[in-house]
Amino acid sequence: MASLSKPDAPRFDVDVFQNEYLAQGAREVNAIVTVTATGGGTSGGRPLGAAAPGPGTAVVLVIDCSGSMEHPNTKMRNAREATAAAIDTLPDGVAFAVVAGTNRAEDVFPGNGTLAVLDPYTRIHAKEALHRLKPSGGTSISTWIDRARKLFDAHPGTTIRHAVLLTDGRNEHETPADLQRALDAATGAFTADCRGVGTDWEVAELRRISSALLGTVDIVAEPSGLAEDFRAMMATAIGKQVADVALRVWTPANARVKFVKQAAPAVEDLTERRTEAGPRAGDYPTGSWGDESRDYHVCVEVPAAAVGNEMLAARISLVLPGPDGTTEVLGQGLVRAVWTDDLASSTRINPQVAHYTGQAELAESIRDGLEAHRAGDLDRATARLGAAVRLAHASGNEGTLKLLRKVVDVVDAREGTVRFRKNVSEADSMTLETRSTKTVRVKK
Amino acid sequence: MPQQTECPTCAEPLGPQDAFCGACGTALTGPPTLRDLPVVPSCPNCGSTELADGWCQRCGHAQPRERDHQEHEVTGVAAVSDRGLRHHRNEDAFGVAGAECPDGAPAVIAVVCDGVSSSARPDEASATAVTAATDSLVAALKAGRDPGQAMHEAIGAANRAVTALAHDGTPAEPGRHNNAPACTYVSAISAGGLVTIGWVGDTRAYWIPDDRESAEPYRLTEDDSWAARMVAAKLMDEAEAYADPRAHAITGWLGADAEDLDPHTVSFTPHVPGVLLICTDGLWNYAEAATDLAFFVRADARTEPLAAARALVTFAVERGGHDNITVAVLPIDPQVSPADHDDTLLDVPLPRAAADTDATVPLRRAEPAAN
Repeated sequence: MASLSKPDAPRFDVDVFQNEYLAQGAREVNAIVTVTATGGGTSGGRPLGAAAPGPGTAVVLVIDCSGSMEHPNTKMRNAREATAAAIDTLPDGVAFAVVAGTNRAEDVFPGNGTLAVLDPYTRIHAKEALHRLKPSGGTSISTWIDRARKLFDAHPGTTIRHAVLLTDGRNEHETPADLQRALDAATGAFTADCRGVGTDWEVAELRRISSALLGTVDIVAEPSGLAEDFRAMMATAIGKQVADVALRVWTPANARVKFVKQAAPAVEDLTERRTEAGPRAGDYPTGSWGDESRDYHVCVEVPAAAVGNEMLAARISLVLPGPDGTTEVLGQGLVRAVWTDDLASSTRINPQVAHYTGQAELAESIRDGLEAHRAGDLDRATARLGAAVRLAHASGNEGTLKLLRKVVDVVDAREGTVRFRKNVSEADSMTLETRSTKTVRVKK
Repeated sequence: MPQQTECPTCAEPLGPQDAFCGACGTALTGPPTLRDLPVVPSCPNCGSTELADGWCQRCGHAQPRERDHQEHEVTGVAAVSDRGLRHHRNEDAFGVAGAECPDGAPAVIAVVCDGVSSSARPDEASATAVTAATDSLVAALKAGRDPGQAMHEAIGAANRAVTALAHDGTPAEPGRHNNAPACTYVSAISAGGLVTIGWVGDTRAYWIPDDRESAEPYRLTEDDSWAARMVAAKLMDEAEAYADPRAHAITGWLGADAEDLDPHTVSFTPHVPGVLLICTDGLWNYAEAATDLAFFVRADARTEPLAAARALVTFAVERGGHDNITVAVLPIDPQVSPADHDDTLLDVPLPRAAADTDATVPLRRAEPAAN
C-alpha cells in the first residue's frame, strides 16, 4: 500500500491483491488493484465550510425533449420535476445549465451559451425556465453532447465537469458515426451519466456513451423515479473533488498489458483507452473521484524468468495531470512476479482475482444470454442466463440474482438450472441488461 | 602531478619512479583506466543502469538485496548465507559474535535460523530469532551462566521474539500462508574447550575433525522431523522414512503456534582439532551424512573458516541451490595434548564396517531447563 497526498487533495490508497507466485514458464500475472480515495469528498471527515464543493464544479443537464416524451405525458412532467430536484440538490456556486435535447440542442437555462453560477436568484430563474422543456422533434444525441462540451468550454475555470443525459428513445435521427465524432470530441472534456426512461431506448447505445464519458448508465423504467435518481446523481457529482485521474500502468520491457478493467463498482474495460505515458507506461482514464473506492483488474504478460527470480510485473499509479504538463502521483502499488517450483504457492488462486474474473464472466453471460434471446436462440439464452445465475449465486451478487429471477425461473441456483419465464416484461429485461455490469466486492 | 606516496586504489606504498602500482596494477600516470572510473550499478539481468526502489526500470527484475548473500567473520567463527538459486529471497539468517565470560575467558557463539516457508514472514522470523538469541547468549555468558543454561535461555528468548511477531499487528495477507511466523533454530557456544549445541527443528550441527581418517565426523543434532520421529519410534527404517514425501516435514519450530517447545541441547569436549558446522537444510540436503559432508569441508577449515564456509555454500549452489543456504564454521583447537585425556566416542576411530556413519552421539545431553 502506498499513498501520497496533499492536505487539500483526497488521499489515494492503493492496495494490490495477487498471487505473485508463478510456475516455471508461466507468464501471466493477474492482480486486483483497489484504489480508495478519502478526505476529498463530502464525507471525508473534514468540515466542508469554505472548502465546500461548488466553485470548480460545473453541471449540465440534458433533457430529452423529443416528441415521444409526451407518451405518456408523465415522462416530460417527471423529467421537469427531476431537473428541479437536481437544481435544489446542487449547492450555491456550482456552474449550471439545462439543455433541451431533440434533433438539435437548445439552451433552456441560462440560455446564452454559457453556464450560470447558482445562487438564490439564479436558482429561481432556472426553475422558472423549466417550462421551456417541451416535447417536439427528434433525437440526435451528438448535438446534445456537442452543446454540453461547448458550454463547459466556455468555463475553463471548472475542474469537475459533469453532464447528465436523459433520453427515452433511440438515437434515430443521425448516424452512429455522428455520435462517435461527438464522443471523440467530448472524451476527456467532461464526464456524463446516462439515463434511459421507459423501455424504448437501447442499452448498448447509452452504455457506449456513458463508457466513453466515464459515467454510469441506468434505467428509470418508471418516470416517477426520476427525481430521486437525479438527486442522487447530483449528490455524487458534487462529492467529486479531483477530475481527470488516470491509472498509470508501467510494465517491464517485452511485457504486454493483456487488459485493464475496472472491476468494481461495475465492470468497465479500459484496455483500449490507453494513451502512452513515457517509456513502458500507459495511462487509462478513470474520470473524477470523490470519497470512493474502486477495484481494477490488471492482467500483464511478462517474459518468463527462471525459478527463483523476482520481477516487478507492473507498477500501478494514480496520476493527476497538472496544468503545466507535469503529473502528480497520488498513490502507487506494485504487482510482482516470483517464479517458484513450489506448486502449492503457484497454484493458489487469489480470491480477489477469482472473484472479479467471475463477476466479469457474469456480466458477459447476461449480455450474451439476452442477445441470444433477442435473436430467438432460446437454448443458448437459457444456458447463458443459467450460467449467470450460478455465478451470481456463488459470488453473493444478490442484486443481480434478483434481477435475473425476474427474467428466468431459477430451479437450482447453485447448478445454474433455469427456465425462461413466460411474459418477461421489457422493463425487467432491460433492467437486467443495464445493471448486468454491477459487481459486488469480495466477501470478507 | 603531485608525487603519490601510496596507491590510490589499494594503498600500497609507491616508489617515486613507479608508473603502475606493483600490488594491484593501477596506472599512476596517463589517462584514467577502467579501474578509475566510478562504478555505476547495473542490473545483473539486463545490464540497464536505470535502477530504482530495488527494481530494474527496464526489465523489472528485482535487484540483489542485502540478505541475498551475507558473510561475517569474527575471531573464532565465520558464517556465510546465500539465497541459492530457486528461492526469490533469503529466509535464512545467522549471527556470530564473541563474548567474554566473567573470568575473562573468551567464548564464541553462532546462531543459524531458517524461516519456515509455510508460515507468514519467514524471513522476519529467522532474523528476529537470530537477534534475540545472539543478544541473550552474549548477555548470559557475560553474566557467568553455564553454557547449557545460557543455551536454554537463548532458545526461550528467540521463541518469545518470534511469537511476538504474530501479535505485532501486521495484517494477515489474504490468500496466502497465514500460519504464525516461524523458524527453525540451531546455535553453538564454544567456551573453555566445551562446545554446547542447542536446536529446534531441522537446522543441524556437525563435528568435522581435521584428521578425518583417525576420528569420525559426526552429526550432533537429531532433527525434529517426521522422518526422524518415524525412525525414533521404530515405525520405519531410515531409508523408508526419508523416501516418504512427508520426510522433511518438521515437528519442531519457534513461533506462536509451536506447541510444547522442546529445545534440545548437547555439550561435548572435543579432544582433537576440527571445526564445528552449524547449517540449514539448504546445505545438508546435498550431503546428509556427516562423512559425506566432511568430504566438502576444506582441509584447512580450522584456519580458514570463512573460506570453508564460502566453499560449502558454493558447493550447495552448484548442486542446484534449491533452498537458502547458511553455514557457520567454528574452529576448535583443544589446548590439550591427546595424551592428556581418555578417548571419548568422538575421538575414537570407529570400525567403519560396523558403525552407523550417521549416528548421533547425544553425549551429556543437558537436562531441559524449566521455563
